[in-house]
Amino acid sequence: MDEFRQAPAIALDLLITLEPELLAIIGLSLKVSLAATLLAALIGLPLGAAVAVYRFPGRSVIAALLNAMMGLPPVVVGLGVYLMLSRAGPLGELGLLFTPQAMVVAQCLLITPLIAALTRQTISDLDHTHREQLQVLNTGQLAMVTTLLRDAWLSLTTAVLAGFGRAIAEVGAVIIVGGNIKGVTRVMTTTIALETSKGNLALAMALGLVLLAIAISINLLAGILQHAAAQRHA
Amino acid sequence: MPDPGSPLLLDLLPLRVETLGFGRSGRLLLQDVDFRLEADRVSVLLGPNGAGKSLLLRLLMGLLQPDSGRIEWNGHPPHKVRPALGMVLQKPVMLRRSVLANVEFALARTGLPARRRRKSAENALDQAGLLALANQPATRLSGGETRRLAIVRAWSQQPRVLLLDEPCANLDPHSTARVEELIQHIHAGNTRVILSTHDLGQARRLADEVLFMADGRLREHAPAEIFFNHPASTQARDFLDGRLVL
Repeated sequence: MDEFRQAPAIALDLLITLEPELLAIIGLSLKVSLAATLLAALIGLPLGAAVAVYRFPGRSVIAALLNAMMGLPPVVVGLGVYLMLSRAGPLGELGLLFTPQAMVVAQCLLITPLIAALTRQTISDLDHTHREQLQVLNTGQLAMVTTLLRDAWLSLTTAVLAGFGRAIAEVGAVIIVGGNIKGVTRVMTTTIALETSKGNLALAMALGLVLLAIAISINLLAGILQHAAAQRHA
Repeated sequence: MPDPGSPLLLDLLPLRVETLGFGRSGRLLLQDVDFRLEADRVSVLLGPNGAGKSLLLRLLMGLLQPDSGRIEWNGHPPHKVRPALGMVLQKPVMLRRSVLANVEFALARTGLPARRRRKSAENALDQAGLLALANQPATRLSGGETRRLAIVRAWSQQPRVLLLDEPCANLDPHSTARVEELIQHIHAGNTRVILSTHDLGQARRLADEVLFMADGRLREHAPAEIFFNHPASTQARDFLDGRLVL
């Protein structure tokens, strides 16, 4: 249990010294996860809102599927992306395997259902109160989707943050499609996995604390921005 | 712009409602409602809570489909003429944006080009006495201001007929007076007003004709003066005398 006692001091030291290698790893982690979150938000927000607003046969099945896919096993997603991007796979010619782009794709696939499902629920709740009002203002369904997304954006930042949280904490998929190549695809979680496998448990735990600090900082920043926006727009 | 042959350019009146019926969960909420409305009057749907007034307005707007009977706006079903109808719900929902942006949103739904929306929205707000609040968040208005904004937002779309569902419910006398002024201003323009209320005083102040409803039925349809001085139905007499109409 010494690792628990040593980890905070090592983490503090890592944050104070900020060695270039660690900085590069943190930078890549943020770049990959932010890019994946942005892509997933661009897909998941309108998808979730559309499922909430449009009435069509099979809508409840899609809603159930989105909910179920929130629990997608990362290793399975990683394996799927690996097979698609591997040399023999249908997208092998793109040469994306073991690149940060492949990690973005894997994380995006993993968190899109999460963002879409949370968005669907948020917009469904808002739809109950807003639908009739929007109908009497002659709002078409597409405009309803965009209007409800805009009105719910403060709540939806939570869905996006949940997606980012899952992406940056993810290891199973990125280690398969990224390969944990030093200086190329090594991110925080794969470094933690590597140090754990090498037996450097205190360092691995300290890196985990650094990762947690990054995630908390981003959520705090988002919270401050949310609060400021809520004050302005009510 | 709608094409010249579209129902939007035709007069919406007369409104014909024939043997209208509507039920839910085995309970009849409206039955055998028959009436015809002509132009140039303020029609007030009067009656106690639960009489079916709001439901009737929703059916007239085409938000719900009747189980029996029919509604025709100058021969057209409600869903065909909805762009020419406006409605203010009993509990209007304000979009999470400024007062001005709420009206601009309504104007955008009419296809008005973006560059002309701001001026039109400001004009509309000015007529409702809300221009000073244009940049305030709409969700932070008082009850009376919210109702006036809801009315002017619907009116900004220049509907031929404006349906108002209990526009002054739960408002104080001062706010009620401001809302009623706005309704009279709208009626003086080119928009026909049909409103529901359970407030007898408001019906006396605003109505040219009264459709009195109780228990899901239309009990009486008469010019206001005749209705208030010589009510024909027992329920209307009880209501006017302040007795409970159950």
